[in-house]
Amino acid sequence: MAMNRTVHIQDETGPAVTPLKPEGGREEMAAAGQWKLIWHKFIRNKLALVSAAIIIVLYLVAAFAEFLAPGDPSASRPQYTYAPPQPIGFFVDGGDGESRFLPHVKGYAVEVDPESYRRTFVPDDEQIVPIGFFVEGAPYKFWGLFDMNMHLLGALDPTQPMYLLGTDRLGRDLLSRLIYGTRVSMSIGLIGVGMSLVLGIVLGSLSGYYGGWVDTAIQRLIEVVSAMPTIPLWLGLAAAIPLTWSPLQVYFIITLIVSLLGWTGLAREVRGRFFALKTEDFVTAARLDGSRERRLIFRHILPSLTSHILAVVTLAIPTMIIAETALSFLGIGLKPPVVSWGVLLQDAQNIRTVSSAPWLLVWPAGAVVVAVLSFNFFGDGLRDAADPYES
Amino acid sequence: MAEISAIGETGQRPHTGGPVLSVENLSLDFPLRTHILHAVRDVSFTLERGKTLCLVGESGSGKSVTARALMRIVDKPGRISGGTVTLNTDGNPLDVTALPDGSKEILKLRGGKIGLIFQEPMSSLSPVHTIGSQIIEVLRLHRDMSKAEARAETIELLRQVEIPKPEEMIDRYTFEFSGGMRQRAMIAMALACDPDILIADEPTTALDVTTQADILDLIKRLQTSRGMAMLLITHDLGVVAEVADEVAVMRFGRIVETGDVDTIFHAPQHPYTKRLLAATVKLEEGRKAAQGGPAEWSTPILSVREMTKVYGGGTSWFGKVPSALKAVDGVSFDLHAGENLGIVGESGSGKTTLGRLILRITEPTEGKITYRPGPGEEIDVRALSKDKLRDFHRQVRLVFQDPFASLNPRMTVKQVIADPLVVTGGMSGKAIEDKVAHFLELVGLDPLAMERYPHAFSGGQRQRIGIARALALDPKIIVADEATSALDGSIRSQILDLLLDIQRQLDLSYIFISHDISTVRYFCDRVAVMHKGKIVELDAAEKICTAPEMAYTKSLISAVPSPDPRHKRMLHRHRFQA
Repeated sequence: MAMNRTVHIQDETGPAVTPLKPEGGREEMAAAGQWKLIWHKFIRNKLALVSAAIIIVLYLVAAFAEFLAPGDPSASRPQYTYAPPQPIGFFVDGGDGESRFLPHVKGYAVEVDPESYRRTFVPDDEQIVPIGFFVEGAPYKFWGLFDMNMHLLGALDPTQPMYLLGTDRLGRDLLSRLIYGTRVSMSIGLIGVGMSLVLGIVLGSLSGYYGGWVDTAIQRLIEVVSAMPTIPLWLGLAAAIPLTWSPLQVYFIITLIVSLLGWTGLAREVRGRFFALKTEDFVTAARLDGSRERRLIFRHILPSLTSHILAVVTLAIPTMIIAETALSFLGIGLKPPVVSWGVLLQDAQNIRTVSSAPWLLVWPAGAVVVAVLSFNFFGDGLRDAADPYES
Repeated sequence: MAEISAIGETGQRPHTGGPVLSVENLSLDFPLRTHILHAVRDVSFTLERGKTLCLVGESGSGKSVTARALMRIVDKPGRISGGTVTLNTDGNPLDVTALPDGSKEILKLRGGKIGLIFQEPMSSLSPVHTIGSQIIEVLRLHRDMSKAEARAETIELLRQVEIPKPEEMIDRYTFEFSGGMRQRAMIAMALACDPDILIADEPTTALDVTTQADILDLIKRLQTSRGMAMLLITHDLGVVAEVADEVAVMRFGRIVETGDVDTIFHAPQHPYTKRLLAATVKLEEGRKAAQGGPAEWSTPILSVREMTKVYGGGTSWFGKVPSALKAVDGVSFDLHAGENLGIVGESGSGKTTLGRLILRITEPTEGKITYRPGPGEEIDVRALSKDKLRDFHRQVRLVFQDPFASLNPRMTVKQVIADPLVVTGGMSGKAIEDKVAHFLELVGLDPLAMERYPHAFSGGQRQRIGIARALALDPKIIVADEATSALDGSIRSQILDLLLDIQRQLDLSYIFISHDISTVRYFCDRVAVMHKGKIVELDAAEKICTAPEMAYTKSLISAVPSPDPRHKRMLHRHRFQA
């Protein structure tokens, strides 16, 4: 021990650190509120960040569907039924052996199988359909307000076919239908969750804050609701919708049905958080400060919950999307002429279609998968970042 | 001490002389997102057979991580960045730092050569296995015993750690053991492979003072009889003085001073060691008493009579519930204006419940609380309506134990302190801001910090914010529930002094609830000792601490570790059988 007797008389001011990045964020973080801290934690999760970007893109697509879609989703051209997707080419043979830059798609030629007499489309190398950005095409009312006919992408001559994702049974452009379907499918999630949110927060807060018989009653209700087998219930409720209702009315009823069953998980989450927070010291402290119940709930408890609620909501949206898709696929949800991803998938119900026109399955299903996965990853990231004060 | 001779033969070891473990210039880095934290820097020390080295330091000084590095269990992303740890138990020196991660040698070393006792026995023992099966597993893994042999050995180990009826207790689960018993079981597990070195990381911090004395006593005896080297990590200088041979004082990852225990306590060199010692509150000294209160107390400001709280025991659908628990049982006391009344007791004695009953956070089952805000005024607190109770809460405030849980992390310091003012109403934004600045200054914080959030402050600073909030409504009485228990020693004495300073300025009375008798002695005029819901003794602090009358108080006082190696108290303490 003797060798260690040396005494360092040096005054230490703090723990030794070697900064890796230029310092300066310290002061800023000291005055950073919860959203800033959540953001700092969230951006470290790259997967969630990418998912968030995808979700934003999907909602932008939904918002500007008319402009982004190359054509009218319900315009059918019988001469192009089950036309396969066309690849985009950039150069054409100028005739003198030199190639010339011209974005285009190839036209279709019909081939008839001599044995089965089945008509199939093959790309016709002779037919060049020039395409471009910001072209004039089918007229539409943008957001139901402005008359426009500008499309982001389309054939320079609107009468010529351009089906980047192919066509369906009636010769309608799948890309346009998919883009319009995004609007319905993505918003049904939001509206449905919005309604679940209100129900869930109100009932969950009551249950969690008051406890006792209120809690017992609400919890039993939740158990009864979540014990219902969902698909038969949807089937029953959807069958009760009068046939004379407009597609829009049906749409709202469907969201209502889906959300009536979706609030239970949220209510339980809110109740659990309330129970935990109610006994937290800072809530007791606020009560001793003289806060009344309303102030206690809205000023002290709910702000601690919002980030968690947001995460739960984000995770609830994909279940809504799946529910809509499932209902529509079964033919009891949205019906044509409304276009949604589920409605598009109805076309892919039989195996013959899937084998001869696989694009009808791949693209709408792909859209559902991408949207649901993005919401799930985003929600997971949000949940992990929701409590920045836990280390 | 009879069992020591019985286990004497296990103490035979090849005597090689020299240290069993020497650490040279050990450094540990934690690469974090924005910076590298040098948690341990150039630490050197040696452990010798039969000797105890105490590593002392405040939280965050790197003492635990140093000990863990000896067993190569540093949590990610930490890594050893330099230095050597040489283990020499049988004449063949082994460099621990050079062993590859997860190698057989390391696994053998953990538990086999070095035993570790953790702070929190509940979380380090599995709740789904019996105590016996956990120790048997260690024996079978490390010592290749058959099941029957291992069981017999386990019973023997449990007997050595003085667990009564080891044949029965071996088949019990963790939750059936009390805190002290769990720690004994943990010790038995650490000793299972007959290690050469025992590392005890804050082994008694989570325990009551009498249990702490028992456990320290046991560890010390086992160490001597087995001839182990021991590394004891603690923040409590009292514990150090009672058990250490050598002491190393750590601060910010460095050992600032090492020496034998007597030198450290009586001739410290480093200013930090001096400060640490000066900040230690001693049972023999009281600051409040030294100031001298009025000889005759006036009429009490708060009187509590026959306060009782019973949990459970009501009637249910199926008749009477048999197990009623009297958490507080017929407690009466008076608090005078300007007085500091301490309430001391071990965990489960009902002291915290009592504090909550006074404020009616928990409704009392029986009893009377009378509050006298001014001459001639009398308020029956239990009869107050909800609105009147709010007025009462303005004058009788609570300071919480946990400075991290008691401040809303989503509000700025200004919002936290201003909240009671806002609720009371009738103040403009500017007036509130001035008041907040005033209170921040009063508790020794920079008023410019009011726009910051609690996460930007350390534990001690947060506790100051909590105190500022309590002061914001000009209270008459402050109930401080373990207000300094979560803080480091030097911070603790700062906070205590702050509370006393404020008292002098603002004419306050304190009810100070604590398990730490030395703190209470430092802070209070009178002390009430609680045991099983009852006040067993209530007298002047000096009398309680120097000449207690009741048997329970005697056992409690004598178990308090004395921060002076020349006056070890625990060795000849009173025991109390309840």
